Amino acid sequence: MALAHDVSDDTIFHLEDDHGLAEGGSSTMLGFWIYLMSDCLIFAMLFAVYGVLGGNYAAGPAPKDLFDLPLVALNTTMLLLSSITYGFAMLEMAKGRVGSMQAWLVVTGLFGLAFLGIELYEFAHLIHEGATPQRSGFLSSLFTLVGTHGLHVTFGLVWLVVLMVQVSRHGLIAANQRRLMCLSMFWHFLDVIWIGVFTFVYLMGMLR
Amino acid sequence: MSAGHHADTKEHGHADHGVDHGSLRGYLTGFGLSVVLTAIPFALVMSNALGNQMASAIAIMAFAVVQIVVHMVFFLHMNTRSESGWTMMALIFTLILVVIALTGSLWVMYHLNINMMPGHDMSQMP
Repeated sequence: MALAHDVSDDTIFHLEDDHGLAEGGSSTMLGFWIYLMSDCLIFAMLFAVYGVLGGNYAAGPAPKDLFDLPLVALNTTMLLLSSITYGFAMLEMAKGRVGSMQAWLVVTGLFGLAFLGIELYEFAHLIHEGATPQRSGFLSSLFTLVGTHGLHVTFGLVWLVVLMVQVSRHGLIAANQRRLMCLSMFWHFLDVIWIGVFTFVYLMGMLR
Repeated sequence: MSAGHHADTKEHGHADHGVDHGSLRGYLTGFGLSVVLTAIPFALVMSNALGNQMASAIAIMAFAVVQIVVHMVFFLHMNTRSESGWTMMALIFTLILVVIALTGSLWVMYHLNINMMPGHDMSQMP
């Protein structure tokens, strides 16, 4: 559809009510959305693995022995706050205010770092108690699922820092705006995945 | 994507180029709903308010589904119009795959586990 847009701005082949084609123009956003959907499938597979193996404790520790719900609630709060602050950054970007946008991005990064720090603390605590990934099928799938999400957040933070440098050097050019919008989708998507993690892994784990 | 489009994006910043940045009200609404939809399931599990594990499990799953929809609408700005509906099509396709993979895996493996139980009486199987 972007192709048709490029080739002929004057000749319009589509129907009158197809406004999306004419004004959309950014195939990058659709492509990135499809990437996110494929990422969603990766997480779906990991959730399925956890669903199948999550009950195989191998006479080892069960979720009730390991999980600390207040800590998970704190972690969830961090990620949710980082989501809303990234939204504020996008609003500032729409108004063209570079300074306050960068400030909100810093806040987002700090909340993201806090999330990662709490998660690493939790992992270290589990491993210290002998609940290593090798201990049981439950722990293998737990570390894989939560660890994959944590890795995504890590790369999101790297991306965030890179974009902040890009914006400080080149300003809010169209390319940077597009990149920031892609990261926005990525960041909110990770928050959506985390909803699944805290519900199916932590809360359901405590109910088992 | 044409250069003219880029210039347009830079000048107007919002609303005119078909990309939804959302609004402050939208983000705050989504955030408020998310806080409530997160707090209730945590409270349900931590206080065991329902007193029934199955009821609690169903409740927290329902809250998760609602919260995912809230995030999709208020943070990811999902709607049937963006990209002429192709984002919605991709999402629906993904959801179908996810449902097949999850239910298929859980269903098959559950029955495998049941049949592998020691002492299971195979003579009663059809």
